[in-house]
Amino acid sequence: MWTCKNLWKKLAPLARSSSTLCRQNARGVLLNNERRLPLVPQAHMSSGTPGSRGDNNLYYLLVGATCVGGGFYAYRTIKGDKERYQERINEIASRPNKVVPEQPITEAPGEQAAETPQEPSVELSPVEVTEEPPAPVVKSEPTPVAGSLPAETAEPQTTTETESAAEPATVAPAEVPAPTPVEFPSHAPYLLIGGGTASFAAARSIRARDPGARVLIITDEPDLPYMRPPLSKELWFSDDPSVVDTLRFKQWNGKERSIYFQPPSFYVSPQDLEKVENGGVAVLTGKKVVHMDVRGNKVTLSDDTEISYDKCLIATGGIPRNLQVIERAGEEVTKRTTLFRKVEDFKALDKVSRDTKSITIIGGGFLGSELACALGRRSADSDLEVIQMFPEKGNMGKVLPEYLSNWTTAKVKSEGVAVITEALVKAVSFKDGKVEIKLKDGRVVKTDHIVAAVGLEPSVELAKSAGLEVDSDFGGFRVNAELQARSNIWVAGDAACFYDIRLGRRRVEHHDHAVVSGRLAGENMTGANKPYWHQSMFWSDLGPDVGYEAIGIVDSSLPTVGVFAKATAKDTPKAATEKSGTGIRSESETEGTASSPVASSTPEPPPVLEQKDNYGKGVIFYLRDKVVVGIILWNVFNRMPVARKIIKDGEEHADLNEVAKLFNIHDD
Amino acid sequence: MSYCKQEGKDRIIFVTKEDHEAPSNAELIADDPNDPYEDQGLILPSGEINWNCPCLGGMASGPCGTQFKEAFSCFHYSNEEVKGSECIDNFRAMQECMQKYPELYPQEDENEGVAAGGADATAPDSSPAPVASSDSTLSSPTPESAPSSDNTPPTDSQAAS
Repeated sequence: MWTCKNLWKKLAPLARSSSTLCRQNARGVLLNNERRLPLVPQAHMSSGTPGSRGDNNLYYLLVGATCVGGGFYAYRTIKGDKERYQERINEIASRPNKVVPEQPITEAPGEQAAETPQEPSVELSPVEVTEEPPAPVVKSEPTPVAGSLPAETAEPQTTTETESAAEPATVAPAEVPAPTPVEFPSHAPYLLIGGGTASFAAARSIRARDPGARVLIITDEPDLPYMRPPLSKELWFSDDPSVVDTLRFKQWNGKERSIYFQPPSFYVSPQDLEKVENGGVAVLTGKKVVHMDVRGNKVTLSDDTEISYDKCLIATGGIPRNLQVIERAGEEVTKRTTLFRKVEDFKALDKVSRDTKSITIIGGGFLGSELACALGRRSADSDLEVIQMFPEKGNMGKVLPEYLSNWTTAKVKSEGVAVITEALVKAVSFKDGKVEIKLKDGRVVKTDHIVAAVGLEPSVELAKSAGLEVDSDFGGFRVNAELQARSNIWVAGDAACFYDIRLGRRRVEHHDHAVVSGRLAGENMTGANKPYWHQSMFWSDLGPDVGYEAIGIVDSSLPTVGVFAKATAKDTPKAATEKSGTGIRSESETEGTASSPVASSTPEPPPVLEQKDNYGKGVIFYLRDKVVVGIILWNVFNRMPVARKIIKDGEEHADLNEVAKLFNIHDD
Repeated sequence: MSYCKQEGKDRIIFVTKEDHEAPSNAELIADDPNDPYEDQGLILPSGEINWNCPCLGGMASGPCGTQFKEAFSCFHYSNEEVKGSECIDNFRAMQECMQKYPELYPQEDENEGVAAGGADATAPDSSPAPVASSDSTLSSPTPESAPSSDNTPPTDSQAAS
């Protein structure tokens, strides 16, 4: 009994260790405990318990050791807490010192001075700045640094600060002599972190619903918001030699447009955002949000500027994943590796495709296959060798059922790509001027350049400072069905792991989803309170014969039912698209040459076509517990609303052939 | 005749045109036009204008969004014999604004496009459309404002409701 009481008293301070009051109490209690121990045995013995003296001694020894251990642990925890408490008090105390925009320039050198004590020459002017009241410098440490107190301004910054300060560190010497203050708005009613598709869709939604809204987009890229799909599709098929600079492409209907959602004149400059009469959308480029203060409703940028908000959207997207073997392979390999996502990656890869003889794409999903086809197309006019390798058995192996994946692989091969399936990369090295890729089964591939398309890592760095939940299954910020993470914080796009009422919790990395979720987030930021309901779709083109649109959960591990139109001579994809004028973009541009690839890829003469399985067009249903959760429209276009309806209904259909009839796959 | 085969967990059915001639007996649940979750067309069930309709492209959200909203609202609620005849000033203000941004609003006849009004849009409801194609944003099926972002033929006839 007395053991329990003591244990409880020891646990209590541990459990409540973050509160000041209890800390003080705990101290007292601990001391009391330690004093009490010698007393208790006497009482115990006097009551005459059974058991030998030896046993009792052992008992006391064990308990005593536990108490001392517990007490020691508690003491350490409390000491650590005291330090953290001190830092917190310091931070709160230094907050009243508001930072004026001009100060970041002077503060930044102050940090660098603290950070790089080994470079005294750089410090000459910044050192004077550090002599200034330490409060502003302390103020610029949003994350409590262990043991930092007002007096210790020279304390080197840690982790997040070093990361962000590292960039200004190199720029600071140039900044200090010419401190032209870049004016940011100090407050944005609507703050959108990230300048991609989801962010732009949200901005548009907000502006449509809230008259005169002032929206600030902060992006670490140098570009205004643009759309990504053309970077791996249309831009590669453009006839314009200056496409790398203009970034314009031809749409399915023949009309040309830029990848940028809007030209620069659409946006308001950040300085004018607070003043312009009817509000607008401003984009702050080249700035990264490194810290989020949810309690104070503000964010901190990499240059220590603070911007407060009323409502915030996190649309930070993600960064391409890399293979560990490449990361560890050394600089000669990594500088010959492209992780493809942004405009600059497209420009770089375009240049590489002209300057090298061999490119290998690692990855057999959407991006990898599209790039392989794009580069394969280009290789027709040059002596560029294009290789694609991936662990699956066929292209889109994780998306398409096996028979279709095999069929697609054959099509990709006919685009001029050397496809290596079931390839696991074991090691990569740079030898004799070539990048050497060793596969697990012993095969060796020698190439000039690697493109790694092995997935996306959602950017959730802000989760820590903002105290937001990160999903362990899908990655990304965990949000509810209305895309809300906290009261005034929403997340949309690639970084959002949201609850889909029909299909369950998921995270989607497609363009249309970014648009749909961005729009929804914008609506909810202006009070709509609507859940994710309109199902987004996605599409892909792999050469002139394969174009599909899809919706819902399209995972090859699910059972599927595919209904295909039995091909007759007139039902080739090429004939279908030419007749309807819709369909595959790449084909519309290269109609003249399309006939030859088609002829070569279907070597069987028409009579044989009837017998051999030709998956020219059709619809594939993906089932989960007998309910259709995903649909692919294979070379069948303009039917997405029907597909969306079927998924929305979520019904069990006894005969999927009957459902397939709704699509009229033979028409076109 | 159609034939069917099974490859593991995947079923494959080949059907001819005749097989699919008979109307489908698959049952779809009737849509509720007042479903609050659904994306609405240009005109909401309440009669108000849905400024967030993708069919409008960026008209309501751009630099001239306010003027556009005023002009179009005036037109929409106008009960004059010649609809919108009292809205000339609003339209003029809108046109003046748009002239300041020729890049965004290429100068074609604005009045014609807007006055025709209506929800005739085949724009996919989930693609941000360029503002540039102002002349036919509303009046005609909007290939320009449509699917630049997703590059598919307009698959979602959103405004039909």
